[in-house]
Amino acid sequence: MLRSSMPNQLPGSQRLKNRKRFAGGLPMVAMILLTMVLFLAVFPAFAQAPTRTVSDDEVNAVAKDLFCPICENTPLDVCETQACADWRQVIRDKLSGGQSDDQIKDYFADQYGVRALAEPPAEGVTLLVWLVPLIAIPAAVIIFGLYLRNIRRAAPGGSEPAAVLSSPAAPEPVDSETDQDPYTERIERELREMEE
Amino acid sequence: MTESADPSATNTPELKKPPWAVIVIVAVSVIFVAVLALGMFNSRVDRPDGVAPDFEMQFFDGYEWQDLPTADLSDFQGRPVVLNFWASWCVECIREAELLENLWQEYEDQGVVFLGIAYIDVEKNSLDYLEKYEITYPNAPDLRTVISGRYDITGVPETFFIDKNGDVEYIHLSAVTEPMVRSLLDDMLAAEGPASS
Repeated sequence: MLRSSMPNQLPGSQRLKNRKRFAGGLPMVAMILLTMVLFLAVFPAFAQAPTRTVSDDEVNAVAKDLFCPICENTPLDVCETQACADWRQVIRDKLSGGQSDDQIKDYFADQYGVRALAEPPAEGVTLLVWLVPLIAIPAAVIIFGLYLRNIRRAAPGGSEPAAVLSSPAAPEPVDSETDQDPYTERIERELREMEE
Repeated sequence: MTESADPSATNTPELKKPPWAVIVIVAVSVIFVAVLALGMFNSRVDRPDGVAPDFEMQFFDGYEWQDLPTADLSDFQGRPVVLNFWASWCVECIREAELLENLWQEYEDQGVVFLGIAYIDVEKNSLDYLEKYEITYPNAPDLRTVISGRYDITGVPETFFIDKNGDVEYIHLSAVTEPMVRSLLDDMLAAEGPASS
């Protein structure tokens, strides 16, 4: 009766053994579940890596060097068309994916042509954009310097030195020693005296 | 001595040789303008009212021509071609998307080829657009805007109707209409042309 009323009762040593097994199994299950939860939580990050949050300023720093061909003369960072918004999103995605500014610009040039770039590459006809200032600015400085020097040289002898120098058809400056009128000669002499 | 000088002699204009600096400035300016003019001349494209400029397309995945990833326009010589420039950001393009697809389905068996060129578009957006409007005819991006440059398009949508001989039959700016496309395609199909390839 007693035996039949407690059919599941086991001898003492066996019950203790099962309790130990149960006590040891619970943490194991918990560990497995915890690992699975952690894995699921972390897995999307692995799947999209490397990603990071990209600010508008970072996007605009690249966008200001690009021009959407549809909105000519409008930098991408201030252009408000849908096409430009799409391009800015591409920049954001690529920055988020870890690409550098130059890689992104190269992508746009490759995809949409060099006119998408604010600074054209130094090749072909666009090489002139870079070369001409390099040549023209020093040349202009030299020429202006020569022009000023000529003015200083010609000023005492000529009444219109600028016109004499700038116009090839202008009359020769008169020889101060031979052909000047007395009034001019006197001015020159007084100037020389002042300089001495 | 100076008093005896003839005053009129000082007023006699004598031609002065231009200084070398002026020569350099003029020479550089002339070269600069000449090169710029050459560049502009080379980049200038007349609207193709004659032979349609040839170009290569690198089709979007899933939108190839007979499973080929690339094709040239000249590959379609002998067939009327409807060349449509569009973009996913173009609202007007949506108006004609379904019509173009329906006409493609109808005229494909008669040898007409529809080609879509996505102009200044992001590839993902282009593919979303094609899927959304269930477009199935061959489509390609306008890489480096080479194709739109050759056809000197003024915007999107813009559609070129190219006959069997490879000549541009008609250019339509803005969204096409069904009667117009039908009329043009029927005329181009009826016209003589080289053997279909």
